[in-house]
Amino acid sequence: MGSSSSSIDNIPNAQEIMQETGFSAAHLLRLYERFQFLDRDQTGKLRPEDFGALRELAMNPIGDRIIGAFFSPGQETVDFPSFVRILAHFRPTDSNRTREGPQQEPANSRTRKLKFAFQLYDQDRDGKISRAELLQVLRAMLGLQVTEEQLQSIAERAIQEADLDKDDAISFDEFRKSLEKVNIEHKMSIRFLR
Amino acid sequence: MAALWTLSLLFSTCLGCLGLTPPAELPQPHNQPPSLDFNSSDGGLSVDLPMALRVFSVDYHHVQAPFEIVLWIMLASLAKLGFHWSGRVPAVVPESCLLIMVGLLVGGVIYGVRHSAPPTLSADAFFLFLLPPIVLDAGYFLPGRLFFENLGTILWYAVLGTLWNVLGIGLSLYGVCVLAQSSLGDVSLLHCLLFGSLIAAVDPVAVLSVFQEMHVNEQLHILVFGESLLNDAVTVVLYKLFESFLRLPSVSGLDVLLGGCRVVVVGLGGLFVGLFFGLVAALTSRFTSRAQVIAPLFVFLYSYLSYLTSEMLHLSGIMAIVTCAVTMKQYVEANVSERSNTSIQYFLKMWSSVSETLIFIFLGVSTIQDVHMWSWPFVCSTLLLCLVWRATGVLLLTAVVNKLRRNAVTFRDQFIIAYGGLRGAICFSLVFLIDDFPKKRLFITTTIVVILFTVFVQGMTIKPLVELLDVKRKKRALPTVSEEIHSRLIDHLLAGIEDVVGYWGQHYWKDKFEQFNKKYLRRFLIREDHQARSSILRVYQELERREQRGEEEAPPIVDPRSHSRPLLPEEMDSIRRILSRNLQNFNNKMPAYSRHTLHQDTTTGKTRRPLHRHQSLGERYTCNTITHWSQEDREFDGSHRVRAGLSRSHTVCSISPRPILQDSSIPAASAQTGPADPKSSAAREDRISPQHQIPVGRAPKKHLSFVLENEK
Repeated sequence: MGSSSSSIDNIPNAQEIMQETGFSAAHLLRLYERFQFLDRDQTGKLRPEDFGALRELAMNPIGDRIIGAFFSPGQETVDFPSFVRILAHFRPTDSNRTREGPQQEPANSRTRKLKFAFQLYDQDRDGKISRAELLQVLRAMLGLQVTEEQLQSIAERAIQEADLDKDDAISFDEFRKSLEKVNIEHKMSIRFLR
Repeated sequence: MAALWTLSLLFSTCLGCLGLTPPAELPQPHNQPPSLDFNSSDGGLSVDLPMALRVFSVDYHHVQAPFEIVLWIMLASLAKLGFHWSGRVPAVVPESCLLIMVGLLVGGVIYGVRHSAPPTLSADAFFLFLLPPIVLDAGYFLPGRLFFENLGTILWYAVLGTLWNVLGIGLSLYGVCVLAQSSLGDVSLLHCLLFGSLIAAVDPVAVLSVFQEMHVNEQLHILVFGESLLNDAVTVVLYKLFESFLRLPSVSGLDVLLGGCRVVVVGLGGLFVGLFFGLVAALTSRFTSRAQVIAPLFVFLYSYLSYLTSEMLHLSGIMAIVTCAVTMKQYVEANVSERSNTSIQYFLKMWSSVSETLIFIFLGVSTIQDVHMWSWPFVCSTLLLCLVWRATGVLLLTAVVNKLRRNAVTFRDQFIIAYGGLRGAICFSLVFLIDDFPKKRLFITTTIVVILFTVFVQGMTIKPLVELLDVKRKKRALPTVSEEIHSRLIDHLLAGIEDVVGYWGQHYWKDKFEQFNKKYLRRFLIREDHQARSSILRVYQELERREQRGEEEAPPIVDPRSHSRPLLPEEMDSIRRILSRNLQNFNNKMPAYSRHTLHQDTTTGKTRRPLHRHQSLGERYTCNTITHWSQEDREFDGSHRVRAGLSRSHTVCSISPRPILQDSSIPAASAQTGPADPKSSAAREDRISPQHQIPVGRAPKKHLSFVLENEK
């Protein structure tokens, strides 16, 4: 464990959060300290500017989308439980899930991870990645290197490959199917958060 | 181009002729005055007139040393110019090969003219004068973040890989010598180990020059390059260790243990020397505001001093100079003026370019000598063993390290790492430094053969072989375009989440360092008036520079296709090529350090941009939508790159309506505009635009996105 129980008691609802997300007490404590570090004005909530202060994140091509993913639609701030819930997506997948008996799937299941990634594309939350949304992300990632025509053809190809029902957009199921050969559990996990 | 070649040949002949006659004998063609030796002529007047004043005379002896040095450098530079004008040749043959060939040619000419060996590359000249500029250039332009992210893997390859290679090659060679008792019986185990230690090391100069031609993704580039830099510590220590063992009457286990400690001492010692000098240089640059012209000089002086100091203490000079450059870079860039920064970069590139060219030419020249001793089994087995041990080493190490990395080192990458392990001038100089023993000539010959083989054969064939590998890979199931794109998105996502979490390990230490940096170092080492904006300025200037180094231009924006049609196979091929080349570029750019290009100044407007930008710097960070740039960019100057730069930087931030602020050390102006919401972003843009003159729409759009670009 390594964490004194008095510190874990400072975190409100610690037990419920641990139960829900699967984080151990030690991790939860560290995340709490990190939360407090990020929370510059000590309001107990994070705002987008707090995330923006992380320089590398700011320079990430999809940094703003990542930050946006922490905030629920319409919310301007993130409190600690929400913070942890988002990060729970990135725990390594437990190989045996016998002890899990929650009502919903654990946050770090493959489906939930994929859903998180899907929502990075789908900013308008309509459940589909439209061509325009795909192009936006491609532009962000490929940037200067690629001409506009090439971008168009790449997006074209991606949609052709994935779009099975020919609605010119990628739904979540199509997204999941196109990634079935990729080891998402390994790729989308931060080892340290086990 | 033909003129350049003739000039080069002319110079080489000059060199040969000048070397021909020792200076003392050089005739001094002064104007022969009419014979004043009246004594011998009519005996009437025996007047001894003094020698008349020499109107014209040649005194070569006076300027011999610098003259010859300049001629060599001139030859090297003209040869380099010639290559770049020679059409398709540079695409097939790497520059290093061509330079060695020129060297061979010059060496042959000199040998033919003088009938004795041409001047060889002395180890001292190499280590003290030719190597430091190259390593300094490499260190100064090292992509810091990429390097430190991959540092574990790099160290893994550098230390363990080199040890594996050295021991493997040394022991196997000893086995070969034992087997070929008749011809090689007098080569002892220690000699073999010594030879192994100097031949196993991958050379940064050679590697860099070959990788220029190949388009590898940045991660691979930094792995190979970082390995070649860091293995210097291991190589030098092992070399000196075995050399001192050779001098000892006997070697005990204690000596081996001490040798191991020495590796650590040498590596860390070099590191600390470099750190010390880097910090002192940063401090000095703080006070250069009143004498800006000599500011670049301090960069060079301190770096060179760190190199010399660590060489003096028998520590790793390469590590020292690289650490010095990496340390002082951010503070120096913040402290000195823009022009000084440009001067520093240009001089670094120039010197390292000259150095590299000279090294390769001398390698060629030094090959022509009398001292060769050939032995088929030794040479062939060395070549074979180098390849085999490197390949197995890379395979084994990668198998282990892939479990710990998120981005696995693919088989193609492994092939490039293994096959791209070129040897170069460091081996060559080290072999000359060996104490004399009967088979030293054999070692020299073998080293030259290995270097030539790796540079020529491996250097020329690596590109076609990699392309062949790509072709073969295509025949099997390829990742689809969707998979590649989504995987890359996930990579970015994970990098971002790691930043948020403060991933224990790398980012944890990085954050801690950044805090320490901000609190103490920057305050101490950077001029007061530059401190506030320097962190942003740093980022910003780096983006500027990288933009100006960018090579691709985006064409005018085309209307998006509204219909879909199946893609032709060649289009698919080009898509795959684009993705494989560009998706792995973590910084959205071609490899950042190109030996040969610094700026691509195609328009006059470009050089003015930084100055304009700085005024508008601290003012806003908000993002904007895509629609803005597509119309307004068209009216700017014809440089596509400007537009492309804007479009790239623009689109990055265009997506989210939320503004992103930098850290709190932002000037007050922006702090007011900081916490914004999307509605006011448009209004703010209108407010800002009237404030600037020429780059009226350009400047705001350009700098607003720098916060969101990947850093170096």
